[in-house]
Amino acid sequence: MMDKMIFGRYVPANSVLHKMDPRSKIMIIFLFVCIIFLANNVVTYALIGIYTFFMLGLSRVPVRFLYGGLKPVIWLVLFTFILQLFFTREGALLYELGPVKIYEEGLRQGIFISLRFFFLILMTSLLTLTTTPIEITDGLETLLHPLNKVRFPVHEMALMMSISLRFIPTLMQETDKIMKAQIARGVEFASGPFMERIKAVIPLLIPLFVSSFKRAEELAIAMEARGYRGGEGRTKYRELSWKKADSLQMVLLVLVTILLFLLRS
Amino acid sequence: MDISLKHVDYRYQANTPFERLAIADVSIDIPTGVYMAIIGHTGSGKSTVLQHLNALLQPTKGSVTIGDYEIKAGQKNKNLKKIRQKVGIVFQFPEHQLFEETVEKDIMFGPMNFGVSESDAKERARVALHQVGLGEEVLQKSPFDLSGGQMRRVAIAGVLAMEPDVIVLDEPTAGLDPRGRKEVMDMFYALHKERKLSTILVTHSMEDAARYADQIVIMQQGKVVQRGTPEEIFSAPVELVEMGLDVPEVVRFQLKLEDKLGIKLEKMFLTIDELSAAVTMVLSRGVRL
Amino acid sequence: MKNPIVTLDGISFQYDTQERYALNNVSFDIYEGEWLAIVGHNGSGKSTMAKLLNGLQFPQAGEIHVCGIKLDEQTIWDIRKKIGMVFQNPDNQFVGTTVQDDVAFGLENNGIPRDEMVKRVEDSLKRVKMDKFLHQEPHHLSGGQKQRVAIAGVLALRPSIIILDEATSMLDPKGREEVLETVRLLKEEKSLTVISITHDLDEAAKADRIIVMNKGEVFREGIPEEIFSMDEQLVQLGLDIPFSVKMTKSLRDNGIELSRHYLSEEELVTELWTSRSST
Repeated sequence: MMDKMIFGRYVPANSVLHKMDPRSKIMIIFLFVCIIFLANNVVTYALIGIYTFFMLGLSRVPVRFLYGGLKPVIWLVLFTFILQLFFTREGALLYELGPVKIYEEGLRQGIFISLRFFFLILMTSLLTLTTTPIEITDGLETLLHPLNKVRFPVHEMALMMSISLRFIPTLMQETDKIMKAQIARGVEFASGPFMERIKAVIPLLIPLFVSSFKRAEELAIAMEARGYRGGEGRTKYRELSWKKADSLQMVLLVLVTILLFLLRS
Repeated sequence: MDISLKHVDYRYQANTPFERLAIADVSIDIPTGVYMAIIGHTGSGKSTVLQHLNALLQPTKGSVTIGDYEIKAGQKNKNLKKIRQKVGIVFQFPEHQLFEETVEKDIMFGPMNFGVSESDAKERARVALHQVGLGEEVLQKSPFDLSGGQMRRVAIAGVLAMEPDVIVLDEPTAGLDPRGRKEVMDMFYALHKERKLSTILVTHSMEDAARYADQIVIMQQGKVVQRGTPEEIFSAPVELVEMGLDVPEVVRFQLKLEDKLGIKLEKMFLTIDELSAAVTMVLSRGVRL
Repeated sequence: MKNPIVTLDGISFQYDTQERYALNNVSFDIYEGEWLAIVGHNGSGKSTMAKLLNGLQFPQAGEIHVCGIKLDEQTIWDIRKKIGMVFQNPDNQFVGTTVQDDVAFGLENNGIPRDEMVKRVEDSLKRVKMDKFLHQEPHHLSGGQKQRVAIAGVLALRPSIIILDEATSMLDPKGREEVLETVRLLKEEKSLTVISITHDLDEAAKADRIIVMNKGEVFREGIPEEIFSMDEQLVQLGLDIPFSVKMTKSLRDNGIELSRHYLSEEELVTELWTSRSST
């Protein structure tokens, strides 16, 4: 059950992207998501495309992992494409068959919007494929640090995230154990009428909930015994280091942004 | 009901990069009414074997025969549910499987899943509760209001109420204090004797294996490395120790004694009283054996 | 006489949800550098003791002093730097995403500067022989390994006292051995004071002194030899009798003369050898 390749999950490799500071990667993805909407013609989409494939190449992630990310959304993209194709009525008429009319603008918009989806998914996957969850948490914690001034509990959120991450595999192991125990008592999780299968979840969820509460309590006691009293006065063991590559990447994206402004219609 | 494993292999996550051969060429015969102990370190494959006993896992090679059902590798197997009523498994820390609003409902859960009527299930719950040494006053309580030891007994009752022909115990005394351990082991032994319930004990404790089992199977790194009666297995304790396995305290002590005194007793004794009688004979007669 | 490093005076404690007192007017001293085992059946009050010693709960009556400081709500954070605790469930005290992160957790809480942290993390993991596992995630570790990491986490804070609160009861025999051996070695090199709360006899046998709790009170106190000689009473108290004591009794019942009730296995073998040689 565990260790299966999940869409977007970290794939270890020795690439430029892997070695970058998570802060720069988060900021780049965030900025990219914003600027992609600036593209509105062939040149600008081509620019975005070149940038995306350049980054993909830098990541050294095997193509099959990217495919895994695209598969779920392929239908959505196709649906949007078809919608645009048949319902946007501007520009020259390209094809007509009875009531069905395809216009030039419909084709254009269909292609552009599909490309947009495509590039967005690829770039955001890059973040999770080249950055471990804990690095992402650290990056977010550091980036959101200024929010402390408005009393936003940045440290607490980051700690919650890292503890949750730490317990995901443990919870999966436990779910497995409880499922086996209940199957041994005659529960059928994978077959039978729909309603029965829904009800079958109860003997799985309740023990999980109960043990999670107990776990949370024991963990809190252990944390207190080890001197935890909130974020104040804490030092950090894990360090982030901003390197030249990070600055260069940021500059690159800014250049792309400027070009987009210049080249769009 | 007889159970047998014939040349069973089990691979976790076959055909993936994470493939792992957990057990290899395992053949074990479990005749009706036996008390068998399966011993091995963590990672020896004993939990994998255990999960084949009620078809939670199906072999990737070889076959498992449970009563009239045969489960062969590579075949699609249906109607496994019936097997699970006949072979009841008490997993480690069974109290983690409790979930119902009342103790009574939780104990009734298993039987009712197998088609037992509500009124019959209620009766079985009463009987099972009695078998595990709890009083009827807990029936209407929430299982989560009980002590850890009581919760464990309720969970065990839930399996007993299914009235299985075979009961499999996965380290049933884990985490219990000495009194709790003794009570649980004695209870299962009594059930085994009274109802001729085939009992399979998966354990680390050589003492428990020596004390209760008719047959012992020792597993190491996914293979069966020794099998026999306790007398047979512990008659060659030095080999066991060399294999990195444990022996019961009595046997260990006998070895130390034989070593220091330069004697060899007629056989390896499995109980304190038998050893002490043999040692007394040697000392009081001054006989060199 | 050694110095008491922890003193309990007239401690009484009652949980809100229960009527009877979990601890009833308990008083004793714990001496610097000793290994003290507190044994008793479930419900005897021994686990409550652990919580009180660490300020996780406060007694309704009585006082606790640790290293000369009175334990109360103001002083608990200082006292927690002096007393480290390892809990029963290996998973439910493992906070960090990897071994080194978990050991660093306590250090981070105490504001230790990073350079110092790195040194101490490496150092404490070496001492529990888990230094090859720095980057391992907890779900790949055995129970014994997780407990050793917990011990490293405690050691990194350089406490004077370490409490093992049933730290071996969820482990398999191999894990138990690993943990006890680790603690034994640590105590030798560092003159730590160890308080071991347990119902495991082998663990108690390693202690310098044993306190037997029963129904919230101190039933008996003494060296292992004295306590294990209690024989049948131990069983009534919910504990077990060590193998060598049972063996000794059986031999005596058969007429063999042996010097005392409690002998270790080695001592028993030696005595039997001596009596053999003289026939």
